[in-house]
Amino acid sequence: MWLLPILIVGTTVLLSVPIGRYLAGIIDGKYQAPAFLRWFERRLDTGPQNWKQYAASLVIFNTVMFLFGYLVLALQPSLPLNQRDAAFPDGKGMLSPTTIFNTVTSFLTNTNLQHYSGEQHLSYFSQLLFVLWNMFTSAAVGFCALAAVIRGLRGDPHMGNYYVDMWRVVVYVFVPFSVITGILLIAAGMPMTLEPSAEVQTLQPGTQVIARGPVAAILPIKHLGTNGGGFFGANSAHPFENPTAWTNVLECVSILIFPFSLIIMFGRMLNQMRHAVVIYAVMMVMFVGMIGWAVYHDTGKPNPGLLAQPERTVKIVGAEAKVTAPLAALPVDQSGLGNLEGKELRFGPSAGATFAAVTTAVTCGSVNCMHDSLNPLAGLTPLVGMQLNCVFGGKGVGLVNMLIYLVVAVFLAGLMVGRTPEYLGKKIEAREMKLAMLALLVHPILVLGPVGLFAALDWGKAATNNPGAHGFSEILYEFSSASANNGSGFEGLGDTHGFNDPTKNLSAPATYAAHWDLATGLVMLVSRFLPIIAPLALAASLARKKNTPFTTGTMRTDTITFGFVLLGTVMLVGALLFLPSLCLGPVAEHFGPMPFGR
Amino acid sequence: MTTTLDQPNAKLARRASRQLSLFAPDLVKPAIGRAFVMLRPDILWKNPVMFVVEVGTALSILYTAYKVIDPNSTLASLGYLIALDVWLFLTVLFANFAEALAEARGKAQADSLRKTRQDSTAWRLRLVDTTNIPPGTLATWTKEPRQFIDEVPSSRLKTGDLVIVEAGQVIPADGEIVEGIASVDESAITGESAPVVREGGGDRSGVTGGTRVLSDAILVRITAAAGQSFLDRMIALVEGASRQRTPNEIALSLVLSAFTLIFLIVVVALWPMAANAEDYMKGYVGVETLKSLGTDIPTLVALLVCLIPTTIGALLAAIGIAGMDRALRANLIAKSGKAVEVAGDIDTLLLDKTGTITLGNRRATRFVPLDNLAATEVGLLAALSSAADETPEGKSIVELHRRSPDAAPALPPPGSKFVGFTAQTRMSGVDLPDGRVIRKGAADAVVKYVKAQNGTIPATTDDQVNAFASQGMTPLLIAEGNAIVGLVVLEDVLKPGIKDRFDRLRKMGIRTVMVTGDNPLTAKSIAAQAGVDDYIAEATPEAKLAYIRKEQYGGRLVAMMGDGTNDAPALAQADLGVAMNSGTQAAKEAGNMVDLDSDPTKLIEVVEIGKQLLMTRGALTTFSVANDLAKYFAIVPALFAGTLPWLKSIDVMNLTSPTSAILSAVIFNAIIIPLLIPISLKGVTYRPVGADALLRRNLLVWGLGGVIVPFVGIKVIDLMLTAVGLA
Repeated sequence: MWLLPILIVGTTVLLSVPIGRYLAGIIDGKYQAPAFLRWFERRLDTGPQNWKQYAASLVIFNTVMFLFGYLVLALQPSLPLNQRDAAFPDGKGMLSPTTIFNTVTSFLTNTNLQHYSGEQHLSYFSQLLFVLWNMFTSAAVGFCALAAVIRGLRGDPHMGNYYVDMWRVVVYVFVPFSVITGILLIAAGMPMTLEPSAEVQTLQPGTQVIARGPVAAILPIKHLGTNGGGFFGANSAHPFENPTAWTNVLECVSILIFPFSLIIMFGRMLNQMRHAVVIYAVMMVMFVGMIGWAVYHDTGKPNPGLLAQPERTVKIVGAEAKVTAPLAALPVDQSGLGNLEGKELRFGPSAGATFAAVTTAVTCGSVNCMHDSLNPLAGLTPLVGMQLNCVFGGKGVGLVNMLIYLVVAVFLAGLMVGRTPEYLGKKIEAREMKLAMLALLVHPILVLGPVGLFAALDWGKAATNNPGAHGFSEILYEFSSASANNGSGFEGLGDTHGFNDPTKNLSAPATYAAHWDLATGLVMLVSRFLPIIAPLALAASLARKKNTPFTTGTMRTDTITFGFVLLGTVMLVGALLFLPSLCLGPVAEHFGPMPFGR
Repeated sequence: MTTTLDQPNAKLARRASRQLSLFAPDLVKPAIGRAFVMLRPDILWKNPVMFVVEVGTALSILYTAYKVIDPNSTLASLGYLIALDVWLFLTVLFANFAEALAEARGKAQADSLRKTRQDSTAWRLRLVDTTNIPPGTLATWTKEPRQFIDEVPSSRLKTGDLVIVEAGQVIPADGEIVEGIASVDESAITGESAPVVREGGGDRSGVTGGTRVLSDAILVRITAAAGQSFLDRMIALVEGASRQRTPNEIALSLVLSAFTLIFLIVVVALWPMAANAEDYMKGYVGVETLKSLGTDIPTLVALLVCLIPTTIGALLAAIGIAGMDRALRANLIAKSGKAVEVAGDIDTLLLDKTGTITLGNRRATRFVPLDNLAATEVGLLAALSSAADETPEGKSIVELHRRSPDAAPALPPPGSKFVGFTAQTRMSGVDLPDGRVIRKGAADAVVKYVKAQNGTIPATTDDQVNAFASQGMTPLLIAEGNAIVGLVVLEDVLKPGIKDRFDRLRKMGIRTVMVTGDNPLTAKSIAAQAGVDDYIAEATPEAKLAYIRKEQYGGRLVAMMGDGTNDAPALAQADLGVAMNSGTQAAKEAGNMVDLDSDPTKLIEVVEIGKQLLMTRGALTTFSVANDLAKYFAIVPALFAGTLPWLKSIDVMNLTSPTSAILSAVIFNAIIIPLLIPISLKGVTYRPVGADALLRRNLLVWGLGGVIVPFVGIKVIDLMLTAVGLA
């Protein structure tokens, strides 16, 4: 039960040190690429940029990508590589416009919230030109933002060049790592083909259509780039996306490797290794806590739905007491395996809970089990991971989010030692706090606001598959996932419209799919770019400041004491923001009567 | 029978008296009145946190009124709603009271200072050209008949006016002595009873309005018209009238506003979430209507008020005013609140050697014979040569000789001729009537003098001189006739306890730099003895300025103290320039603080006051935010008691009822404000133990304490509410 998470975390920690050093070298341009690659790099170099130019380049690049993505998806029926099979003899049609908007935004923002099913709705062309391309570039955007922020914190005269950073990250980091991972996955049995779905005769008389495709091309970067958008609707629970227990470990490690390594890169680029180690440790404490919580409550506890339930009286002021009927236990032996509902057993009993913690801590969003089948309390882990959004977090942006918390921590703790707060020798003043608070505000606003809206209206109430607290969790999860740019789903939410032509769909479009498409799409956009641009401005503002020398009166940011300050700040601020909504979701479900149906 | 307080009791009594003065009735009464005045939205608007509370209170009162009209509007009882309104209102009132009390204390301070500002009559010269004053003007005018002098009230004096102040008169306004010398009683502003000498032309030419001339007459040019002196500016600052928010205060207010906004979102979003829960529970238990406190507006307002940082929001202004007030108590006049704040950030302290590190002037500490004389004989010769020397060094030589046990009295016989010190000879001495010629002076000057007379120079002279000089002492050679007989050693005497103070500063992370006119060798040795980190020897105003610039280039903030006109550029350049009140007008204009006591060690105090100010802000903010956790555990289960009763499981405090839980949280939130007023006014104790230890301590007290205290407090209030049957 505990071996798997220990194996995954241990391996990643060991790998993160050399890879972090390698990344620092790449970003600082110390790596000597082959001549023809350097030729391309020089063509892209538009010269040193200040933060505004850097942010502008980032926005322009993303705008172009958005238009390109929209075109590819909108023209899907007429573009090549539109595989025809038994289910879709005419190939894939056009998705509904809101779904296209949602999908394009989702892949642009590294979220990969999928309001569609890959094998049903996308052609191979869309998978390769849209999904794959976006997975490389959108992952690099966060990476580049972090690189620029570090340069600002380091006091560099400029923030680097966005296009050069993009090139270095994609070509020297993501491509080689993806090729290696891809080969390992193919070796483990992952399909890599442009052939349409196979039609096979099953042992029972009858035929089955088995979807396949260039899965191994997309899978490596799906995890390395913490993208999480599955080739198939079932994501990494699907045997073609995650064939064996070993590929499961490989996928977990490849989800975590860059978020872990980036902290090492941060320390190396700033030449502040002790400080980086403190941040690493703080994140690790929270991460281990999250995994431990999920595994303990899911693998260590039985599924309450299968247990005997006593008679329970629900007494509410103004209503007659309601007595729930007692339930007998189902004849299922859950000892040692815990809650197996919604899990893929080939990965091992604790694989689902572990994967859930891993994928939400670092905003990957791929899943190998159904998160809404986790025991209610275990379901807190993925929610908390996405709501904190800084437990390692997505590549680059996770650390940037952590830096925002860090600035708040430094501000409060710095005052407590009787000086104007300083971070890395730079004074934190009104302008920095304004930017930090702006970045900090975005996430809670974009989670709680829409959750409130959808929870009160039929948009949310009628879209949930389950009544009561579980249904509320579905809404809360969806917006937490969108705002954290995570992309995993709680399942059970009716948010799929599918093809624009309703008759082409295998199942009827959900009533409120368009509302969900638009709302989550907007949330993803804002919560992607504001928390990147504000810290860029903050770092640039710090870069301009004079360096204050270190004295015994300066608060150190590389001590255990500061580690506690940082941990306390993240936990306290996180708790204050999301505790009420979590109480209404998983906590209420846990304490509530069972079954809690209509 | 007499009772003597033992040590701890005396300390307690002192503390008690301080407590008493903190809430003295004559301060509290006007503060309460002012607290009500400050309820006006146009005043409260400046404090966003408390403004939100006020708006919330108004909203809550409206809903209470609506409950009276339509009793079915909410399931909350009228008594509960009224209690909420009262306590929300009290929250605002307490916050206003904290600020008003701080202002009242400042005013009280200011009033005592203003007493020195009584209108007096000034003798103004009727001169056309007041800019060009020839020497001797004072003498001319004091002889002139009085009709050439206007008697005007001091309040009508303008900058540039010339006034004559005679013995017994009060100096009408701040000014600078143009001519004359007088002893002045400055006790009215410094509290120091010994009179000080002020004279024109030098670095001690500044006079302060309200002080009294004890002897002689002076001609004073008014430099600050009535109402514009430093004191007036300071009075306005502590009274809060012209208080501008300091940079750090602005940054902190911004953080507090952002937190307020965040919690506003949390609470606003909670309403539809609670409605969602009500909706599905309606279906579950099968009723038409279901209401919980989660959709009750006054209750949500209460939650919001509990969550937003009201504690620090209420006390922030008071902390700032109290910082200024503490500076004023230390007899420091800050020209802005920013100056006090900057003091906490100081990295480098420039301290004058004389008066700060050493006791005034050098003293003779020993006589060393170079010839075959005894030390006492050298002493006698040295004392004879210094008999007429009025300099402190000369006097200390006579004094040292007198104290030696078997000394012959050093009384020069009548007819002795004294030779004074000149910059050319760099010697002084006496020609006795019996023909003996005694000289003392700088080593090289005396050696030259003796050589010129073909005298003998003992072989050990050079070694001895260098040996003493290298220890930071000043050896003076004594010659009788053409023979060098010995030397007098002059030494700087360190102020007692100065080394400990520097240790304290080092622990605070502050570099100390000694500024002295001495040669590098002497300076180095004294620096080592006193334990300063660096020194500027043979310091000129330019050297000081250059040093400050160098430090600032390295990102350090520099503080210095000065009095002379030639200190002005350095005072202006320094991040914190403290001018002595006895100093020139130029120096006072250049600095950003004026020390009424003219005490050079005051810089250390200034730094501590600044640090205390920032620490108090940080500690109370942390406390305020940490408090919220407990309030959640009290309020969230209460909000949903009507819909999701099983959430009672997270009510770790096990409070009596939903309404008592919410009321207890609101009451705790309100009364913590007046409870913390003493700390915000007195400041969190600063200990020079290094940043890390300080942080650990404050984290434990204010961070962890901030998490734990409300759990206890809310539970206690709930028990009390239950006991009196209000739960």
